[in-house]
Amino acid sequence: MRRDSTDSADSTATEGANSTGNSSESGGPTSTDAGDGRADQDQPVTFTRRGIRDGFVKCVPVSLGVAGYGIAFGVLAQQAGLSVAEATLMSAVVVAGAAQVIAVELWADPIPVALVVGTAFVVNLRYTLMGAALRPWLRDLTPLQAYGSVFFMADENWALTMGELRSGGTKGAFLLGSGLAIWAFWVGSTVLGATAGATIGEPSRYGLDFVLVAVFLAIAVSLWDGASDLVPWAGALLVAVLSSQLLPGSWYILAGGIAGFVLEVARFES
Amino acid sequence: MSPDLSLTPVVVGVVLAMALGTYVTKAGGLWLLGRIDVSERVEAGLEVLPGAIVVSILGPELVEGGPAEWGAAALVLLVAWKTESVLLAIVVGAGAVVALRGVL
Repeated sequence: MRRDSTDSADSTATEGANSTGNSSESGGPTSTDAGDGRADQDQPVTFTRRGIRDGFVKCVPVSLGVAGYGIAFGVLAQQAGLSVAEATLMSAVVVAGAAQVIAVELWADPIPVALVVGTAFVVNLRYTLMGAALRPWLRDLTPLQAYGSVFFMADENWALTMGELRSGGTKGAFLLGSGLAIWAFWVGSTVLGATAGATIGEPSRYGLDFVLVAVFLAIAVSLWDGASDLVPWAGALLVAVLSSQLLPGSWYILAGGIAGFVLEVARFES
Repeated sequence: MSPDLSLTPVVVGVVLAMALGTYVTKAGGLWLLGRIDVSERVEAGLEVLPGAIVVSILGPELVEGGPAEWGAAALVLLVAWKTESVLLAIVVGAGAVVALRGVL
């Protein structure tokens, strides 16, 4: 899933409130101003049906890309032994692409519950920051509206929503509308992939055993945020490769992730 | 062939636990970060987490592979970087690995 650059260097300016009309269809770079990003905003934020519809329509092109992932996830889930119903349920209630693909990668019999749930949680910690960035707008909504909307928050519609709101938009329902588009395409494409996956015979004949690696490589490219990622990524890689030799199961994944986190925290210079 | 619609209780439980954990991360930012300040240092660490985990998954997997997998992986990186299309990257990768396994 595409994660947009979230350079904290941007957080000094209120440039987001001034830039107009850059709610790019492609979900282009949007900085997360963790502070109050609506310095110039005097219009009240509203939550309307029209806002839901606008968010939905603007997010459809992005959702088509999400559907590509959804098909891949469905196939992988089916290969990991999940039924079509189980894969679909996961897409419907978890709504977090990378975490779901990782869960399927870790899937085994018996299911390593702590590892699957723990890794998914850690991968999703970035949503905490993304939700915080939306707070200046969501705090004007009722708790039901705000906490209901964030269920549908994914990287793609978060980026679209940030672009929309920071360019002066006041549609508080934009996150929900765009999230509903993501959700519909994500769940629908999961059904498609999981159903198609069941009709495929020997996976390696079609190179399907390589699909998971390919998905992760594509995710890595979309997550790459420039040379500053080199040190934490290299550290994570090294620790993961070493601990895959030393630790049982797939704990090396968490070990590598935590190594990257620790390295980044340690070398951070404000 | 009809789709497999079975639901195993254990699987449903794991899925619901994942859903709950994910929702906590999504709603937690809205709730918590309005009340406490996360230092920029920790924020930077959280931002590299997904990437660090993805390379951690890839590392051992690629180390275990051979020249065919490495070649296909390089091709996937190139396609993903140039086109940003996941689907195209997957199709090219799967095709390349089959072709390279036949040659190498």
